[in-house]
Amino acid sequence: MSDLTTPSSVSSIPFPRLRPWLAVVPLLLIVGYLVLMDNGALSQAGPFLHELMHDGRHLLGVPCH
Amino acid sequence: MVRTLLVRGLLAGLLAGIVAGGFAFVFGEPHLDAAIALEEGAAAPAAAHVHDHEHGDEGALGRPVQKAGLFLATGLYGVAVGGVFALVFAGLRGRVGPRSDGGLALAAAGTAFGATILVPFVKYPANPPAVGDPATIDQRTLLYVVMILVGLAATAVAVATGRRVTAGPWARWGMAAAAFLVPVVAAWVLLPGTDEVPEGFPATLLWEFRVASLGTQLVFWTAFGVLFGLLSDRAARRSAVAAVAG
Repeated sequence: MSDLTTPSSVSSIPFPRLRPWLAVVPLLLIVGYLVLMDNGALSQAGPFLHELMHDGRHLLGVPCH
Repeated sequence: MVRTLLVRGLLAGLLAGIVAGGFAFVFGEPHLDAAIALEEGAAAPAAAHVHDHEHGDEGALGRPVQKAGLFLATGLYGVAVGGVFALVFAGLRGRVGPRSDGGLALAAAGTAFGATILVPFVKYPANPPAVGDPATIDQRTLLYVVMILVGLAATAVAVATGRRVTAGPWARWGMAAAAFLVPVVAAWVLLPGTDEVPEGFPATLLWEFRVASLGTQLVFWTAFGVLFGLLSDRAARRSAVAAVAG
């Protein structure tokens, strides 16, 4: 019954179980970099990503140009 | 469990990104268009010179594509940020902060907004097109990232400090606040500033663009915290019901 009254009381996740998932972090950071900062250096697409993500970069507050 | 949290973060991030994109489209795009019109007006007499090394903001894709790209950018930003958030959340869960997923989601999202958005914004606020020298973009981007890292590091130090103080809540929160503010204010003061607003650029437009930009991030983090918390609470309730039924 206590589970129902406090439905979201949580237990910690052991770090060894967490560690393998950290491999995802670089992928996510690369996506973030391509969206927010790439001007061709990583994407090898010239200014294409800059142009496509242009309005998002400005309005998310990242230096754009 | 980690996989569930990660999927939840990616999904909540995507949805919050699209919501923030909608806010930016309605409240930000008019200012962006106004700034681009000014930029083109200023560049027109010297266009023949400038065009070679400075791409115009209207770009090769055209404004309608760029406005669609806004949603792509905020959506993908949400996915990337949401995924990282979920893994940090998985590490904090049951160790730091509120002991419920919903409470931790809101607390962590609010903290993330403060550390990664407000802290850099105070030093390097968002700029509309026509503001900022393209020649210094690499340096300004680097400084912006440094400011985010300072915000995150200061938050970690503040949390660690707060947990070590046992002299009561006032001492704990006071010490945590000091541990956060000292490095952040030091970075604000010591890092080089940028002053690249062109002569005659309308102050009102600059202000309104910056408010719209900060608003976009506020909408994103609010929507993200609420969605992540909501999905967590629903999952917890369902598993609790299943546990009772089974």
